[in-house]
Amino acid sequence: MTHSTGSVSACLPIHSDLDLVRVRQHVRQMTAHLGFGLVEQTKLVTAASELARNALVHGGGGQMECAPVTTGGIRGLRLVFSDQGPGIADLEQALSDGYTSGEGLGMGLGGARRLVHEFSIDSRRGVGTTVAVTSWISGPPRPREAH
Amino acid sequence: MPEQQAAEHQSNPAEEVGAFLRERREQIAQRWADAALLRTVFTVSRDEAVEAARTVVEALAAVAASGRVADSEADGFAVVREQLARTAQSRARAGAGIAQISAEMDALRPPVTDLLLDELSDAPAEHLRECTTALTVLMGTLRLVMLETTMNAGQDLINRQRLELLEIATPVIKLWEGIVAVPLIGTLDSARSQVVMEILLDAVVEQHARFAILDITGVPTVDSLVAQHLMKTVAAARLMGAECIVSGIRPAIAQTIVHLGIDLSSVLTRASLADALAYALQEQGDHIVPNPASAVEPR
Repeated sequence: MTHSTGSVSACLPIHSDLDLVRVRQHVRQMTAHLGFGLVEQTKLVTAASELARNALVHGGGGQMECAPVTTGGIRGLRLVFSDQGPGIADLEQALSDGYTSGEGLGMGLGGARRLVHEFSIDSRRGVGTTVAVTSWISGPPRPREAH
Repeated sequence: MPEQQAAEHQSNPAEEVGAFLRERREQIAQRWADAALLRTVFTVSRDEAVEAARTVVEALAAVAASGRVADSEADGFAVVREQLARTAQSRARAGAGIAQISAEMDALRPPVTDLLLDELSDAPAEHLRECTTALTVLMGTLRLVMLETTMNAGQDLINRQRLELLEIATPVIKLWEGIVAVPLIGTLDSARSQVVMEILLDAVVEQHARFAILDITGVPTVDSLVAQHLMKTVAAARLMGAECIVSGIRPAIAQTIVHLGIDLSSVLTRASLADALAYALQEQGDHIVPNPASAVEPR
């Protein structure tokens, strides 16, 4: 998919619970500013909350880059979460619902994937994990399926 | 008396600036009183502005005399710190940003430099340069002191507000005999949800509540951790014999929870606090009968 990526508009650190609040607030403001509907706003903010918490709890802290993107005249928001943690051993397992390496519900990663339009994850053992998500204002620009 | 002049010129430039400031403090104070920074703060009386400016000039003179023009911790500044903070706060309340306050501070320098240049018009160029440099450094330090004090004041405020926020107890509202409600507001992190759980369970015991309503209208984001906290609270209340109802689930939150894949079917949920109360009343066998007299009135 080709879409022009704007320059990184913000880079927020994720090192404490307080940073999670900041991440959520920033994403909420950005989505509201770009004109996202309330449902899409809430979904992206929730996904950001899950992914930021993953970076904090499992990755030992990291950062979120946030940049507005456009494709075919449709605006969206791209968030990239990166950490330098131990990495994820089994991506398939990590993405499946109910699997958790900690004490959570095990819905974070898989749930976040369902809350956004585009989701990509890159994890290398001992190097870290990078998760990139994108949501578009009016759904992904693709032809509607016939009912 | 050329020898005496020569002796003066060999003295420390900082000390000489100090002597100059002390000697000309009235003139400088008068000029500063008309500068934007003090004029906008002391709107009522010009005398007060002059008085405030004089105090600052005297402090500067003391710092210069001690030779620590570049040291923001110099003793001389101690006496004016509070006054500088008040001035900066007053400007901040009027809507001025840090950059603007800093610029207004900087605007205090040229009048003093002009006076110094007049005073030393006969001095050798090298000496003149040293003295103006000392004065510039001193004024820069004064600006640093002011901004430092302002930022410390801001940090104090933040710390105080953080403590106050922690102290805001989550209120437990008794809605009916046997029905309590806890309205949740803001972020439900682990520490706060622990507090909420304790408060709710205490209320269940104290009020002999059969129903406890957790209203999440004021919770902006419900992610898997918040949902987990809610489920734990509900399970704990159930162990104590109280039915827990989660209310205030907005449409956007409901859709998000579904996409996230969290199964809240073990939790009794209602869209609004009113619905939750109606459910609890019905379950308790309490019936609210509308007054027929008022029902006639068209609403």
